[in-house]
Amino acid sequence: MTIKIGVPSKGRLMEKTFDWFAERGVSLSRAGSEREYAGKVEGIEGVELVLLSAGEIPRELAAGRIHLGVTGQDLIREKLSQWEQRVEELAELGFGQADLIIAVPQVWVDVDTLEDLDAVSAAFRAEHGFRLRIATKYHRLVREYLKEHGVADYQLVDSQGATEGTIKNLTAEAVADITSSGETLRANHLKILSDALVLRSQATLFKARGLKLSDEDRATRTELLKKLGVWN
Amino acid sequence: MIDRSAPRKLAAELRAQFEAQGAVPVEPPFLLPAEKLLDLYGEDIRGRAYVTSDPARGEMFMRPDFTVPVVEMHMAQGAEPARYTYAGEVFRRQEENPDRAIEYLQVGYEVFDRADPVGAEAEVFARIAEVLKPMGLKAVTGDIGLLRAAIEGLETTERRKAALLRHIWHPRRFRALLDRFSGRAPVPAARTALLNAPDPMANAGPMIGLRSAAEIEERITALKEDAATAPISEREIELIEALLDVRETVPFALEQLRDLAVDLPAINDAVERMAARSAALEKLGVSLESLVFEATYGRTSMEYYDGFVFGLIAEDRPDLPPVATGGRYDALTSKLGQGREIPAVGGVIRPGLVLDLGGLS
Repeated sequence: MTIKIGVPSKGRLMEKTFDWFAERGVSLSRAGSEREYAGKVEGIEGVELVLLSAGEIPRELAAGRIHLGVTGQDLIREKLSQWEQRVEELAELGFGQADLIIAVPQVWVDVDTLEDLDAVSAAFRAEHGFRLRIATKYHRLVREYLKEHGVADYQLVDSQGATEGTIKNLTAEAVADITSSGETLRANHLKILSDALVLRSQATLFKARGLKLSDEDRATRTELLKKLGVWN
Repeated sequence: MIDRSAPRKLAAELRAQFEAQGAVPVEPPFLLPAEKLLDLYGEDIRGRAYVTSDPARGEMFMRPDFTVPVVEMHMAQGAEPARYTYAGEVFRRQEENPDRAIEYLQVGYEVFDRADPVGAEAEVFARIAEVLKPMGLKAVTGDIGLLRAAIEGLETTERRKAALLRHIWHPRRFRALLDRFSGRAPVPAARTALLNAPDPMANAGPMIGLRSAAEIEERITALKEDAATAPISEREIELIEALLDVRETVPFALEQLRDLAVDLPAINDAVERMAARSAALEKLGVSLESLVFEATYGRTSMEYYDGFVFGLIAEDRPDLPPVATGGRYDALTSKLGQGREIPAVGGVIRPGLVLDLGGLS
């Protein structure tokens, strides 16, 4: 058996993750061609690299098909209910920072806070006959957040990409999305509510909880975590 | 495997018992159109109910309760007064409490009667309490109508009252609004800047989206009017807080509420209604001395119950939800009936919990 570690399969997130491991003496790399999603691990025996979409890593961790995984805190919290019981955060990796925020058109000069958004939702529903639409792909996180803060008369509409464009396209009135710099928002004439930070997220190393491991695998995992400086 | 036969048998017996007392049995569908439930309960319902979807019908909910379909059946064909009973599964997502059942049986008893509202409330409670009597459960009652009356009686604008009434079931937002309207919370800097700006729309950027410039201006006007309105007085806030704090057995609660009504005359009618209901309960053999009244009961978990509410609870099992719950839900029927008023009160028993707690013998 081996200890499997899931890492995002492409882009900056993969490269930065490889860098982070390399700095700690574990070399991760892609085996073979650029297009092949197989990985290679050097610097420790008995560890296998699994390249996956960042969005699938939470599910694979929860199912125990990978033992460790790197993904965003946003994805863990969105995709796993009671996530603390299924995975453990070992280390924030210092990159992939993203805030899940709520944004509205800049021209809504009367809206700056959740209190405003809630009041506008009531008026919007009375005026237009349907609930104010918030486009997002983070349904669970946003719904729970708005429930906790007592915002009513809104609806979530699904948007898996180009979410900032939904307002101009008249398919939503507000968005809840990940932003790192806010530039895309500004370019689309949107502004962030000042008191509505749904979640602050970054790339994080997670450990699957409650796995039954052989003594050998447990030793390998311990050795790896010690090497990475996240053993406690 | 869950044993389904025993709760099903008990559910059928309870329904037969309600039927023998004059209720008409109904069999509502399992799948309900999503749009209707979302309009009523808001987006939160997605966290509590299961959604199905198919290309032809779109989204449907597996029924999270019987209220909506029973009210619709009644509106479509019912003559008043009417009494209904039903027994069947409901389905609830339990993301936060994975140990709780996601499907379970409910047996319900619903009364639509405009002639004698307090009589109907007492009847529903007494019928359900009578059935569960052997279990020795604790009965808790509440009445959101008192808080509503207090809000409607505030010396402030209709707009503020409407905002408070809209959030009566969301204590956190309700609190924030009270703090805002009483001046306890400081006005956010962005709002002060907006209200002082000579031309708020200067540098506002291009108009995008469905919400129009007129709607934005309308809200700015409303905010200006609100800023010019006197704060809700500290005394009125304290009275509301005192009302929310009432937690006593019914006779003592009534006494407290009557004392409060001296300074808060707006709740007079609601208090007298509670007194009349208590008298009706007593007539049906309910002991008021052991009946608890909590002014905030049901405020977070029973949205759309807008008057009398009750729950029957196993006191030594705080891990379990109430064995039975119910109340008045006129606000829901008036929404479903698009303004038509259909006074409705009802309650449900969970036979599965009854058996888990040792049954009725």
